[in-house]
Amino acid sequence: MTEPIVRYQNVHKSFGDVEVLKGIDLDIYPAEKIAIIGPSGSGKTTIIRMLMTLEEPTSGDIIVDGTNLWKMEKDEKMVKANEKHLRSVRGDIGMVFQHFNLFPHMTILENCMTAPIHVKGEDKKEVEQRSIEMLERVGLGDKIHNYPSQLSGGQKQRVAMARALVMRPKIMLFDEVTSALDPELVGEVLEVIRDIAKNDDMAMVLVTHEMDFALDIADKVLFLDEGVIAEQGTASDIIEHSQNERLQEFLSRFRA
Amino acid sequence: MNPIMDIAPQLARGLSITLTILVASALFAYLMAFIAGLCSLSKNILIRKITGLYVEIFRGTSLIVQLFWLVYAIPILFGLSLASNWVIGVMAIGLNYGAYLSEVVRSSILAVAPGQFEAAIALNMSSFQRMRLVIFPQAVRMMLPEFGNYTIQMLKGTALVSLIGLNDVLYFGNILRSSNLSYGPLIYIMVLVFYFILALPLIFLTRKAEKVAKKGVASS
Ligand SMILES: Nc1ncnc2c1ncn2[C@@H]1O[C@H](COP(=O)(O)OP(=O)(O)OP(=O)(O)O)[C@@H](O)[C@H]1O
Ligand SMILES: [Mg+2]
Repeated sequence: MTEPIVRYQNVHKSFGDVEVLKGIDLDIYPAEKIAIIGPSGSGKTTIIRMLMTLEEPTSGDIIVDGTNLWKMEKDEKMVKANEKHLRSVRGDIGMVFQHFNLFPHMTILENCMTAPIHVKGEDKKEVEQRSIEMLERVGLGDKIHNYPSQLSGGQKQRVAMARALVMRPKIMLFDEVTSALDPELVGEVLEVIRDIAKNDDMAMVLVTHEMDFALDIADKVLFLDEGVIAEQGTASDIIEHSQNERLQEFLSRFRA
Repeated sequence: MNPIMDIAPQLARGLSITLTILVASALFAYLMAFIAGLCSLSKNILIRKITGLYVEIFRGTSLIVQLFWLVYAIPILFGLSLASNWVIGVMAIGLNYGAYLSEVVRSSILAVAPGQFEAAIALNMSSFQRMRLVIFPQAVRMMLPEFGNYTIQMLKGTALVSLIGLNDVLYFGNILRSSNLSYGPLIYIMVLVFYFILALPLIFLTRKAEKVAKKGVASS
Protein backbone atom coordinates (compact mmCIF):
# COMPACT_ATOMS: atom_id res chain seq x y z
CA MET A 1 0.00 0.00 0.00
CA THR A 2 1.44 3.37 -0.98
CA GLU A 3 1.63 6.20 1.50
CA PRO A 4 -0.72 9.15 1.09
CA ILE A 5 0.94 12.20 -0.40
CA VAL A 6 -1.29 14.51 1.62
CA ARG A 7 -2.93 13.91 4.98
CA TYR A 8 -5.37 16.25 6.69
CA GLN A 9 -5.56 15.38 10.38
CA ASN A 10 -8.43 16.84 12.34
CA VAL A 11 -8.14 20.19 10.56
CA HIS A 12 -10.31 23.04 11.79
CA LYS A 13 -10.69 26.49 10.32
CA SER A 14 -12.50 29.50 11.71
CA PHE A 15 -12.96 32.96 10.24
CA GLY A 16 -13.47 35.18 13.24
CA ASP A 17 -16.08 33.47 15.41
CA VAL A 18 -17.43 31.31 12.62
CA GLU A 19 -16.08 27.80 12.44
CA VAL A 20 -16.12 26.90 8.76
CA LEU A 21 -14.33 23.54 8.88
CA LYS A 22 -15.02 21.35 11.86
CA GLY A 23 -12.48 18.59 11.82
CA ILE A 24 -11.39 17.41 8.38
CA ASP A 25 -9.60 14.07 8.01
CA LEU A 26 -8.58 13.27 4.50
CA ASP A 27 -5.88 11.23 2.77
CA ILE A 28 -4.88 11.97 -0.78
CA TYR A 29 -2.87 9.28 -2.54
CA PRO A 30 -0.45 9.82 -5.42
CA ALA A 31 -2.29 10.00 -8.74
CA GLU A 32 -5.66 9.95 -7.00
CA LYS A 33 -8.43 12.10 -8.51
CA ILE A 34 -10.68 13.56 -5.84
CA ALA A 35 -13.80 15.64 -6.40
CA ILE A 36 -15.17 17.80 -3.60
CA ILE A 37 -18.83 18.66 -3.91
CA GLY A 38 -21.23 20.33 -1.55
CA PRO A 39 -23.45 23.35 -1.02
CA SER A 40 -22.17 26.89 -1.34
CA GLY A 41 -20.37 28.04 1.79
CA SER A 42 -19.70 24.51 3.02
CA GLY A 43 -15.93 25.13 3.02
CA LYS A 44 -14.76 23.44 -0.20
CA THR A 45 -12.55 26.29 -1.31
CA THR A 46 -11.13 26.71 2.15
CA ILE A 47 -10.00 23.07 2.25
CA ILE A 48 -7.81 23.41 -0.81
CA ARG A 49 -6.65 26.95 -0.05
CA MET A 50 -5.13 25.66 3.20
CA LEU A 51 -3.13 23.12 1.21
CA MET A 52 -1.93 25.86 -1.17
CA THR A 53 -0.84 27.87 1.93
CA LEU A 54 -3.29 30.65 1.11
CA GLU A 55 -5.19 30.12 4.34
CA GLU A 56 -3.81 28.93 7.65
CA PRO A 57 -5.69 26.23 9.58
CA THR A 58 -6.90 27.20 13.04
CA SER A 59 -5.90 23.79 14.37
CA GLY A 60 -4.93 20.34 13.16
CA ASP A 61 -2.18 19.25 10.79
CA ILE A 62 -1.71 18.99 7.08
CA ILE A 63 1.10 16.60 6.16
CA VAL A 64 2.58 16.81 2.68
CA ASP A 65 4.90 13.98 1.68
CA GLY A 66 5.69 13.30 5.33
CA THR A 67 6.34 16.94 6.27
CA ASN A 68 4.04 19.07 8.36
CA LEU A 69 3.02 21.99 6.13
CA TRP A 70 2.02 24.63 8.64
CA LYS A 71 4.34 23.69 11.49
CA MET A 72 8.06 23.26 11.74
CA GLU A 73 10.50 22.11 14.33
CA LYS A 74 12.49 24.71 16.16
CA ASP A 75 14.46 24.07 19.35
CA GLU A 76 12.72 20.69 19.62
CA LYS A 77 9.30 22.32 19.61
CA MET A 78 6.75 22.57 16.84
CA VAL A 79 6.21 26.20 15.92
CA LYS A 80 4.30 28.06 13.21
CA ALA A 81 5.95 27.59 9.84
CA ASN A 82 7.85 30.50 8.38
CA GLU A 83 7.90 31.52 4.73
CA LYS A 84 10.99 29.44 4.03
CA HIS A 85 9.41 26.28 5.41
CA LEU A 86 6.18 26.87 3.47
CA ARG A 87 8.15 27.34 0.28
CA SER A 88 10.09 24.14 0.79
CA VAL A 89 6.89 22.12 1.21
CA ARG A 90 4.44 23.67 -1.24
CA GLY A 91 6.71 23.28 -4.28
CA ASP A 92 4.91 20.09 -5.29
CA ILE A 93 1.49 21.71 -5.22
CA GLY A 94 -0.15 23.68 -8.02
CA MET A 95 -3.48 25.45 -8.21
CA VAL A 96 -5.89 26.73 -10.83
CA PHE A 97 -8.27 29.48 -9.76
CA GLN A 98 -11.83 30.38 -10.56
CA HIS A 99 -10.78 33.75 -12.00
CA PHE A 100 -7.64 32.48 -13.79
CA ASN A 101 -5.32 35.05 -12.18
CA LEU A 102 -3.04 35.18 -15.19
CA PHE A 103 -0.32 37.82 -15.05
CA PRO A 104 -1.67 40.53 -17.36
CA HIS A 105 1.69 42.17 -18.03
CA MET A 106 3.20 39.00 -19.48
CA THR A 107 2.49 37.12 -22.70
CA ILE A 108 1.00 33.71 -22.16
CA LEU A 109 4.34 32.10 -22.88
CA GLU A 110 5.97 34.30 -20.24
CA ASN A 111 3.16 33.42 -17.86
CA CYS A 112 4.21 29.79 -18.20
CA MET A 113 7.97 30.35 -18.16
CA THR A 114 8.40 32.74 -15.24
CA ALA A 115 8.07 30.36 -12.33
CA PRO A 116 10.15 27.43 -13.64
CA ILE A 117 12.97 29.85 -14.45
CA HIS A 118 12.89 32.03 -11.35
CA VAL A 119 11.52 29.66 -8.75
CA LYS A 120 13.10 26.39 -9.80
CA GLY A 121 16.13 27.87 -11.55
CA GLU A 122 15.64 25.74 -14.63
CA ASP A 123 17.30 26.31 -17.98
CA LYS A 124 15.50 28.94 -20.02
CA LYS A 125 15.64 27.10 -23.35
CA GLU A 126 14.36 23.90 -21.82
CA VAL A 127 11.53 25.72 -20.03
CA GLU A 128 10.55 27.52 -23.21
CA GLN A 129 10.38 24.23 -25.09
CA ARG A 130 8.29 22.64 -22.38
CA SER A 131 5.98 25.65 -22.06
CA ILE A 132 5.29 25.70 -25.78
CA GLU A 133 4.52 21.97 -25.75
CA MET A 134 2.19 22.48 -22.81
CA LEU A 135 0.42 25.39 -24.51
CA GLU A 136 0.04 23.26 -27.62
CA ARG A 137 -1.40 20.51 -25.50
CA VAL A 138 -4.12 22.83 -24.18
CA GLY A 139 -4.78 23.99 -27.74
CA LEU A 140 -3.12 27.41 -27.60
CA GLY A 141 0.04 26.82 -29.60
CA ASP A 142 -0.88 29.66 -31.95
CA LYS A 143 -1.34 32.22 -29.17
CA ILE A 144 1.90 32.00 -27.23
CA HIS A 145 2.87 35.63 -27.84
CA ASN A 146 -0.56 37.06 -27.05
CA TYR A 147 -1.42 38.78 -23.83
CA PRO A 148 -4.12 37.43 -21.53
CA SER A 149 -6.40 40.37 -22.33
CA GLN A 150 -6.57 39.12 -25.91
CA LEU A 151 -7.98 35.73 -24.94
CA SER A 152 -11.44 34.41 -24.16
CA GLY A 153 -12.23 33.15 -20.67
CA GLY A 154 -11.90 29.53 -21.71
CA GLN A 155 -8.54 30.21 -23.33
CA LYS A 156 -7.34 32.07 -20.23
CA GLN A 157 -8.24 29.14 -18.05
CA ARG A 158 -6.41 26.75 -20.33
CA VAL A 159 -3.33 28.96 -20.08
CA ALA A 160 -3.67 28.91 -16.31
CA MET A 161 -3.63 25.12 -16.41
CA ALA A 162 -0.60 25.05 -18.66
CA ARG A 163 1.14 27.50 -16.34
CA ALA A 164 0.52 25.22 -13.38
CA LEU A 165 1.49 22.07 -15.29
CA VAL A 166 4.92 23.28 -16.45
CA MET A 167 5.87 23.40 -12.77
CA ARG A 168 5.33 19.61 -12.74
CA PRO A 169 3.36 19.50 -9.50
CA LYS A 170 2.57 16.23 -7.76
CA ILE A 171 -0.78 17.61 -6.65
CA MET A 172 -3.03 19.92 -8.64
CA LEU A 173 -5.88 21.84 -7.07
CA PHE A 174 -8.80 23.14 -9.12
CA ASP A 175 -11.20 25.60 -7.52
CA GLU A 176 -14.39 25.93 -9.56
CA VAL A 177 -12.33 26.52 -12.65
CA THR A 178 -15.32 26.68 -14.97
CA SER A 179 -17.77 28.70 -12.95
CA ALA A 180 -16.59 32.10 -14.19
CA LEU A 181 -16.97 31.02 -17.82
CA ASP A 182 -19.73 31.52 -20.33
CA PRO A 183 -21.58 28.21 -20.68
CA GLU A 184 -20.34 27.58 -24.20
CA LEU A 185 -16.72 27.77 -23.01
CA VAL A 186 -17.05 25.27 -20.17
CA GLY A 187 -16.63 22.23 -22.39
CA GLU A 188 -13.19 23.12 -23.75
CA VAL A 189 -11.83 23.56 -20.24
CA LEU A 190 -13.35 20.33 -18.95
CA GLU A 191 -11.80 18.50 -21.90
CA VAL A 192 -8.35 19.68 -20.84
CA ILE A 193 -8.95 18.54 -17.27
CA ARG A 194 -10.15 15.19 -18.53
CA ASP A 195 -7.01 14.87 -20.62
CA ILE A 196 -4.80 15.67 -17.62
CA ALA A 197 -6.70 13.29 -15.40
CA LYS A 198 -6.34 10.48 -17.90
CA ASN A 199 -2.75 10.94 -18.95
CA ASP A 200 -0.86 12.51 -16.07
CA ASP A 201 -0.02 10.75 -12.87
CA MET A 202 -0.37 13.64 -10.48
CA ALA A 203 -2.97 13.74 -7.76
CA MET A 204 -5.88 16.07 -8.48
CA VAL A 205 -8.40 17.71 -6.21
CA LEU A 206 -11.35 19.27 -7.99
CA VAL A 207 -13.82 21.56 -6.33
CA THR A 208 -16.68 21.83 -8.75
CA HIS A 209 -20.36 22.24 -9.41
CA GLU A 210 -20.02 20.32 -12.69
CA MET A 211 -21.50 17.30 -11.01
CA ASP A 212 -21.68 14.86 -13.89
CA PHE A 213 -18.13 15.65 -14.91
CA ALA A 214 -16.84 15.25 -11.36
CA LEU A 215 -18.60 11.95 -10.84
CA ASP A 216 -17.24 10.78 -14.16
CA ILE A 217 -13.54 11.40 -13.62
CA ALA A 218 -13.12 11.13 -9.85
CA ASP A 219 -11.76 8.07 -8.05
CA LYS A 220 -13.20 9.42 -4.85
CA VAL A 221 -15.96 11.93 -4.22
CA LEU A 222 -16.29 13.91 -1.01
CA PHE A 223 -19.56 15.50 -0.02
CA LEU A 224 -18.81 18.44 2.22
CA ASP A 225 -21.68 19.73 4.31
CA GLU A 226 -21.62 22.24 7.13
CA GLY A 227 -17.88 21.99 7.63
CA VAL A 228 -17.50 18.22 7.74
CA ILE A 229 -17.03 15.48 5.18
CA ALA A 230 -20.54 14.13 5.39
CA GLU A 231 -20.08 11.36 2.86
CA GLN A 232 -17.30 9.92 0.77
CA GLY A 233 -16.82 7.12 -1.67
CA THR A 234 -16.66 6.27 -5.34
CA ALA A 235 -19.06 7.97 -7.67
CA SER A 236 -21.39 4.99 -7.69
CA ASP A 237 -21.32 4.80 -3.87
CA ILE A 238 -22.31 8.42 -3.76
CA ILE A 239 -25.00 8.26 -6.40
CA GLU A 240 -26.57 4.91 -5.72
CA HIS A 241 -25.87 3.79 -2.20
CA SER A 242 -25.75 6.88 -0.03
CA GLN A 243 -28.41 7.18 2.63
CA ASN A 244 -27.51 10.80 3.31
CA GLU A 245 -30.65 12.79 2.61
CA ARG A 246 -28.92 16.12 2.18
CA LEU A 247 -26.60 14.53 -0.36
CA GLN A 248 -29.51 13.03 -2.28
CA GLU A 249 -31.28 16.35 -2.29
CA PHE A 250 -28.08 18.13 -3.34
CA LEU A 251 -27.50 15.72 -6.21
CA SER A 252 -31.05 15.96 -7.45
CA ARG A 253 -30.68 19.73 -7.65
CA PHE A 254 -27.37 19.69 -9.50
CA ARG A 255 -27.53 16.74 -11.84
CA ALA A 256 -29.11 17.07 -15.22
CA MET B 1 11.61 96.82 -32.72
CA ASN B 2 9.51 93.82 -31.75
CA PRO B 3 9.44 93.52 -27.94
CA ILE B 4 8.69 89.81 -28.07
CA MET B 5 11.96 89.24 -29.88
CA ASP B 6 13.71 91.20 -27.13
CA ILE B 7 12.09 89.38 -24.24
CA ALA B 8 12.32 85.78 -25.44
CA PRO B 9 16.13 85.49 -25.47
CA GLN B 10 16.30 87.08 -22.02
CA LEU B 11 13.88 84.52 -20.58
CA ALA B 12 15.66 81.71 -22.40
CA ARG B 13 18.74 82.42 -20.31
CA GLY B 14 16.83 80.89 -17.39
CA LEU B 15 15.99 77.68 -19.18
CA SER B 16 19.04 75.75 -18.07
CA ILE B 17 18.32 76.36 -14.38
CA THR B 18 14.61 75.62 -14.76
CA LEU B 19 15.29 72.41 -16.63
CA THR B 20 18.18 71.12 -14.52
CA ILE B 21 16.22 71.81 -11.34
CA LEU B 22 13.21 70.00 -12.83
CA VAL B 23 15.14 66.93 -13.95
CA ALA B 24 17.18 66.59 -10.78
CA SER B 25 14.27 67.17 -8.40
CA ALA B 26 12.01 64.83 -10.38
CA LEU B 27 14.57 62.02 -10.21
CA PHE B 28 15.09 62.68 -6.51
CA ALA B 29 11.33 62.75 -5.92
CA TYR B 30 10.85 59.42 -7.74
CA LEU B 31 13.60 57.86 -5.66
CA MET B 32 12.07 59.13 -2.42
CA ALA B 33 8.64 58.00 -3.60
CA PHE B 34 9.73 54.41 -4.08
CA ILE B 35 11.74 54.28 -0.87
CA ALA B 36 8.99 55.83 1.23
CA GLY B 37 6.21 54.01 -0.61
CA LEU B 38 7.77 50.61 0.03
CA CYS B 39 8.72 51.52 3.61
CA SER B 40 5.12 52.50 4.31
CA LEU B 41 4.17 48.89 3.50
CA SER B 42 6.91 47.44 5.68
CA LYS B 43 6.06 44.92 8.38
CA ASN B 44 8.27 46.86 10.76
CA ILE B 45 6.14 49.36 12.67
CA LEU B 46 9.06 51.70 13.39
CA ILE B 47 9.90 51.99 9.69
CA ARG B 48 6.23 52.68 8.96
CA LYS B 49 6.02 55.38 11.63
CA ILE B 50 9.17 57.17 10.48
CA THR B 51 7.96 57.07 6.89
CA GLY B 52 4.56 58.38 7.94
CA LEU B 53 6.22 61.27 9.76
CA TYR B 54 8.22 62.23 6.68
CA VAL B 55 5.18 62.05 4.43
CA GLU B 56 2.92 64.05 6.73
CA ILE B 57 5.49 66.77 7.45
CA PHE B 58 6.26 67.36 3.80
CA ARG B 59 2.68 67.12 2.64
CA GLY B 60 1.36 69.18 5.53
CA THR B 61 3.58 72.22 5.15
CA SER B 62 4.12 74.45 2.16
CA LEU B 63 6.96 74.00 -0.27
CA ILE B 64 7.98 77.63 -0.20
CA VAL B 65 8.36 77.59 3.60
CA GLN B 66 10.39 74.35 3.40
CA LEU B 67 12.61 76.05 0.86
CA PHE B 68 13.15 79.10 3.07
CA TRP B 69 13.85 76.86 6.04
CA LEU B 70 16.59 75.03 4.27
CA VAL B 71 18.15 78.20 2.84
CA TYR B 72 17.69 80.80 5.57
CA ALA B 73 16.67 79.19 8.87
CA ILE B 74 19.12 76.31 9.13
CA PRO B 75 22.27 78.38 8.55
CA ILE B 76 21.23 80.74 11.37
CA LEU B 77 20.20 78.00 13.77
CA PHE B 78 23.14 75.69 13.20
CA GLY B 79 25.71 78.08 11.83
CA LEU B 80 26.22 76.12 8.64
CA SER B 81 24.84 76.44 5.17
CA LEU B 82 23.75 73.10 3.77
CA ALA B 83 24.81 73.34 0.18
CA SER B 84 24.45 75.53 -2.86
CA ASN B 85 21.00 76.97 -3.42
CA TRP B 86 20.67 74.78 -6.52
CA VAL B 87 21.10 71.65 -4.41
CA ILE B 88 18.73 72.97 -1.77
CA GLY B 89 16.10 73.75 -4.38
CA VAL B 90 16.37 70.20 -5.71
CA MET B 91 16.19 68.76 -2.20
CA ALA B 92 13.14 70.76 -1.17
CA ILE B 93 11.15 70.07 -4.33
CA GLY B 94 12.27 66.41 -4.39
CA LEU B 95 11.39 65.76 -0.76
CA ASN B 96 8.07 67.54 -1.06
CA TYR B 97 6.85 65.79 -4.20
CA GLY B 98 8.48 62.54 -3.09
CA ALA B 99 6.10 62.60 -0.13
CA TYR B 100 3.05 62.96 -2.39
CA LEU B 101 4.30 60.38 -4.85
CA SER B 102 5.06 57.85 -2.12
CA GLU B 103 1.32 57.70 -1.50
CA VAL B 104 0.84 56.96 -5.20
CA VAL B 105 3.40 54.14 -4.98
CA ARG B 106 1.80 52.73 -1.87
CA SER B 107 -1.77 52.81 -3.12
CA SER B 108 -0.81 51.36 -6.52
CA ILE B 109 0.87 48.39 -4.89
CA LEU B 110 -2.20 47.83 -2.74
CA ALA B 111 -4.44 48.13 -5.80
CA VAL B 112 -2.96 45.09 -7.55
CA ALA B 113 -5.63 42.39 -7.34
CA PRO B 114 -5.15 39.88 -4.50
CA GLY B 115 -5.56 37.06 -7.01
CA GLN B 116 -2.21 38.05 -8.51
CA PHE B 117 -0.55 37.58 -5.18
CA GLU B 118 -2.26 34.22 -4.72
CA ALA B 119 -1.27 32.99 -8.17
CA ALA B 120 2.32 33.91 -7.38
CA ILE B 121 2.17 31.89 -4.16
CA ALA B 122 0.67 28.95 -6.05
CA LEU B 123 3.75 29.09 -8.29
CA ASN B 124 5.87 29.00 -5.12
CA MET B 125 7.46 32.40 -5.59
CA SER B 126 9.31 33.91 -2.65
CA SER B 127 7.97 37.15 -1.23
CA PHE B 128 10.71 39.06 -3.06
CA GLN B 129 9.90 37.33 -6.36
CA ARG B 130 6.20 38.04 -5.92
CA MET B 131 7.00 41.71 -5.54
CA ARG B 132 9.56 41.91 -8.32
CA LEU B 133 7.92 39.74 -10.96
CA VAL B 134 4.22 40.16 -10.35
CA ILE B 135 3.11 43.02 -8.10
CA PHE B 136 5.62 45.74 -8.85
CA PRO B 137 5.45 45.66 -12.68
CA GLN B 138 1.68 46.04 -12.50
CA ALA B 139 1.80 48.69 -9.80
CA VAL B 140 4.27 50.76 -11.83
CA ARG B 141 1.89 50.78 -14.79
CA MET B 142 -0.83 52.12 -12.53
CA MET B 143 1.51 54.77 -11.11
CA LEU B 144 2.58 56.24 -14.44
CA PRO B 145 -0.28 58.72 -15.00
CA GLU B 146 0.02 60.16 -11.49
CA PHE B 147 3.78 60.40 -11.87
CA GLY B 148 3.15 62.39 -15.04
CA ASN B 149 0.72 64.74 -13.33
CA TYR B 150 3.02 65.37 -10.40
CA THR B 151 5.96 65.97 -12.74
CA ILE B 152 3.96 68.72 -14.46
CA GLN B 153 3.28 70.21 -11.03
CA MET B 154 6.98 69.96 -10.23
CA LEU B 155 7.79 71.95 -13.36
CA LYS B 156 5.50 74.70 -12.14
CA GLY B 157 6.97 74.36 -8.65
CA THR B 158 10.48 75.01 -9.91
CA ALA B 159 9.52 78.69 -10.36
CA LEU B 160 9.81 79.03 -6.58
CA VAL B 161 13.59 78.75 -6.78
CA SER B 162 13.66 82.27 -8.22
CA LEU B 163 12.87 83.33 -4.63
CA ILE B 164 16.12 81.87 -3.33
CA GLY B 165 18.13 83.71 -5.93
CA LEU B 166 18.45 81.05 -8.61
CA ASN B 167 18.44 82.36 -12.17
CA ASP B 168 15.54 80.46 -13.67
CA VAL B 169 13.03 81.60 -16.27
CA LEU B 170 10.87 83.49 -13.78
CA TYR B 171 13.94 85.16 -12.26
CA PHE B 172 14.91 86.64 -15.62
CA GLY B 173 11.29 87.66 -16.16
CA ASN B 174 11.37 89.60 -12.87
CA ILE B 175 14.68 91.26 -13.75
CA LEU B 176 13.36 92.31 -17.13
CA ARG B 177 10.19 93.74 -15.68
CA SER B 178 12.02 95.81 -13.08
CA SER B 179 13.88 97.60 -15.85
CA ASN B 180 10.91 97.85 -18.28
CA LEU B 181 7.87 98.36 -16.08
CA SER B 182 5.52 99.04 -18.98
CA TYR B 183 6.29 95.64 -20.49
CA GLY B 184 5.17 93.83 -17.32
CA PRO B 185 2.02 92.23 -18.73
CA LEU B 186 3.75 91.06 -21.88
CA ILE B 187 6.74 89.70 -19.98
CA TYR B 188 4.59 87.59 -17.68
CA ILE B 189 2.45 86.33 -20.50
CA MET B 190 5.62 85.17 -22.16
CA VAL B 191 6.80 83.54 -18.94
CA LEU B 192 3.52 81.61 -18.89
CA VAL B 193 4.02 80.60 -22.50
CA PHE B 194 7.51 79.35 -21.69
CA TYR B 195 6.25 77.14 -18.89
CA PHE B 196 3.40 75.92 -21.01
CA ILE B 197 5.71 74.92 -23.84
CA LEU B 198 7.93 73.10 -21.37
CA ALA B 199 4.88 71.30 -19.97
CA LEU B 200 3.61 70.17 -23.38
CA PRO B 201 5.84 67.11 -23.71
CA LEU B 202 5.00 66.14 -20.14
CA ILE B 203 1.29 66.46 -20.84
CA PHE B 204 1.75 64.32 -23.92
CA LEU B 205 3.69 61.66 -21.99
CA THR B 206 1.06 61.61 -19.27
CA ARG B 207 -1.64 60.93 -21.84
CA LYS B 208 0.42 58.05 -23.18
CA ALA B 209 0.97 56.76 -19.66
CA GLU B 210 -2.77 56.66 -19.11
CA LYS B 211 -3.12 54.36 -22.10
CA VAL B 212 -0.31 52.10 -20.89
CA ALA B 213 -1.85 51.97 -17.44
CA LYS B 214 -5.15 50.73 -18.79
CA LYS B 215 -3.46 47.71 -20.28
CA GLY B 216 -1.45 45.11 -18.43
CA VAL B 217 -2.81 45.37 -14.93
CA ALA B 218 -5.26 43.38 -12.86
CA SER B 219 -6.49 45.80 -10.26
CA SER B 220 -8.93 45.11 -7.52
N1 LIG C 1 -11.38 35.18 4.09
C1 LIG C 1 -12.57 34.91 4.67
N2 LIG C 1 -13.02 35.67 5.68
C2 LIG C 1 -14.20 35.40 6.28
N3 LIG C 1 -15.00 34.40 5.93
C3 LIG C 1 -14.62 33.60 4.93
C4 LIG C 1 -13.39 33.82 4.24
N4 LIG C 1 -13.27 32.86 3.29
C5 LIG C 1 -14.36 32.11 3.38
N5 LIG C 1 -15.19 32.54 4.37
C6 LIG C 1 -16.45 31.93 4.74
O1 LIG C 1 -16.22 30.57 4.96
C7 LIG C 1 -17.30 29.78 4.47
C8 LIG C 1 -16.76 28.72 3.54
O2 LIG C 1 -16.22 29.36 2.42
P1 LIG C 1 -15.71 28.57 1.15
O3 LIG C 1 -15.31 29.61 0.15
O4 LIG C 1 -14.69 27.58 1.56
O5 LIG C 1 -17.01 27.82 0.69
P2 LIG C 1 -17.28 27.02 -0.65
O6 LIG C 1 -17.77 25.68 -0.25
O7 LIG C 1 -16.09 27.08 -1.52
O8 LIG C 1 -18.48 27.84 -1.28
P3 LIG C 1 -18.79 28.17 -2.82
O9 LIG C 1 -19.41 26.92 -3.41
O10 LIG C 1 -19.75 29.29 -2.75
O11 LIG C 1 -17.49 28.55 -3.47
C9 LIG C 1 -18.27 30.73 3.83
O12 LIG C 1 -19.31 30.97 4.73
C10 LIG C 1 -17.47 31.98 3.64
O13 LIG C 1 -18.29 33.11 3.75
MG1 LIG D 1 -15.63 27.99 -3.36
